[in-house]
Amino acid sequence: MLEEIAPFFQNLYDESGWNFIIFYEEYEYDRFIEAVWVSLKLIVACLLFSLVVGIVGAWAQGAKSRFVRLFMAGYIQVFRNTPPFVQLLFFYFVLGSGLERLGIMPMTDAGGYFEPAIGSFGWAVIALGFFAGAFNTEIFRSGIEAVPTSTQEAAEALGYTRLKSYIHVIFPLAFRVCLPALNNNLVNLLKTTTLAYGIAVPEMMYTANQIWSDNVNVPEMMIVLFIYYIVLVAVLVWAMHKWERKMRIPGYG
Amino acid sequence: MAWAKDTARGPVPGVNARPRTDLPVLLPFGGTAGGTGLFQRFDGRLFVDLKARHGLWLAALIILWAGAAEAAAPGTFIWTIESLFDWAPFILEGFVLNILISVFAMAIGTVAGAALGLMQVSLLLPVRTGSWIVTQFFRNSPWLVLLFCIMLLFPFEIDLGFVIIPIPDWMKAVIGFALPVMANLSEVVRGAVQSLPSGQWESAESLAFTRRQTLWMIILPQCIKRMIPPWINWYCILTMATPLASIMGVEESVTHTVQAMNALGDRPELLGPFYFFLLFIHFIYTYPIARWSISLERKFAVKI
Repeated sequence: MLEEIAPFFQNLYDESGWNFIIFYEEYEYDRFIEAVWVSLKLIVACLLFSLVVGIVGAWAQGAKSRFVRLFMAGYIQVFRNTPPFVQLLFFYFVLGSGLERLGIMPMTDAGGYFEPAIGSFGWAVIALGFFAGAFNTEIFRSGIEAVPTSTQEAAEALGYTRLKSYIHVIFPLAFRVCLPALNNNLVNLLKTTTLAYGIAVPEMMYTANQIWSDNVNVPEMMIVLFIYYIVLVAVLVWAMHKWERKMRIPGYG
Repeated sequence: MAWAKDTARGPVPGVNARPRTDLPVLLPFGGTAGGTGLFQRFDGRLFVDLKARHGLWLAALIILWAGAAEAAAPGTFIWTIESLFDWAPFILEGFVLNILISVFAMAIGTVAGAALGLMQVSLLLPVRTGSWIVTQFFRNSPWLVLLFCIMLLFPFEIDLGFVIIPIPDWMKAVIGFALPVMANLSEVVRGAVQSLPSGQWESAESLAFTRRQTLWMIILPQCIKRMIPPWINWYCILTMATPLASIMGVEESVTHTVQAMNALGDRPELLGPFYFFLLFIHFIYTYPIARWSISLERKFAVKI
């Protein structure tokens, strides 16, 4: 891959001074590809985790126990009304270092020395997942509320338990209702993963910063960053729209 | 559930005694989700109606936690809280800059966003397409990338030939935050204008209003009401994004918190209370505004 594009970008640099070093130098190219990997992994992990939080949260919000409902309401309000960046710092520095100091955090052998099982990547997934999960919870719940009560009652009349009717009847319908709002929130989460920069997760933003610090090519790396994220958002939106069309029930919604 | 105990026939399950079945259909129907008291619901959104007594619970919880921490490591907890009190004014001073950045960015973003949004409903195709591209670009780029872009590529002073205007870091951050706000408000304006029934345009046309008159005298006055709740919502999102400026070294609340902890010798037991305090002041500021936006939305929720 690199061999094919390198001459063009080398030439571009020699002639115009546009220094896209990541596309003609092996070391920087490897760094860039590694960053793409990490950032894609981070995005997918955050998306999946936030969806799990959202689904479980929406279910817990309708729980019988007053305590569970109170807890969920508190969780949603706190995560929706505080800055995600401070949440991330809180998780990483307070919970991360706190668990380590208390000796609860399991340590893994990283070739000669030990490091915490949940590193900066893990905390980024947890913090951003809970942040977006608070929004997902609300989105799923609004979808669940959009399912007519008669459907719930019909499921109940057929002998479904609360959990079973949630899994087989309510959720599949609710999910279709809330896909557009979910789409919006997931795009937002994708953009928010850049915050992981703050706790030194070597994702795209962080690596780009390192590359332009080493090579003083800020405008070029900025262009790469913009294109990278806009392409990712476009792909996500396209996939979600396709999914939305595929899941559509004729005559429903 | 209160079951009537004495009837002539004795206890009958499901009628005057607890039912002996696990079939949901035979169980008494009980509502699960609460809509009163602590939980308030509106438009598919749930929010908590916090009262003074909830604050007391929280205070009790904190005191309990403090007691446990003090018991675990005598002396340190009191010292931590004392340091927090000493440094709280410094952190709050940083928080004032957060608010300042958010207000300025909102002002710039609103003006630019309104203009861009109106361009999106223009009749001229190039204007419409151009403004759509600008909107999508700034709406879909991460805030942090835009912030970095402005902070690093924007000049730190503007030379007008006769006078040099210095641009402080936080002012550059304002511009960096104003861009995504502008794009999102542009969408709000476009959405509000397009959400009005087309009959409004048609009747204005039949009354011989020009397009400009229709827009300014008929469409926009009706849109304002619809735009205020999302506008406030975007202000909340913007305020919650301002801590990002700390990455660029702007002296706002996060920077001040970290500096305060540095000054106290970076002791790990400081992390919890200081970051908690930081979350707390942001929450105290944002939560009432979010509540206000929901109540306004409820007030404006009228069908045309």
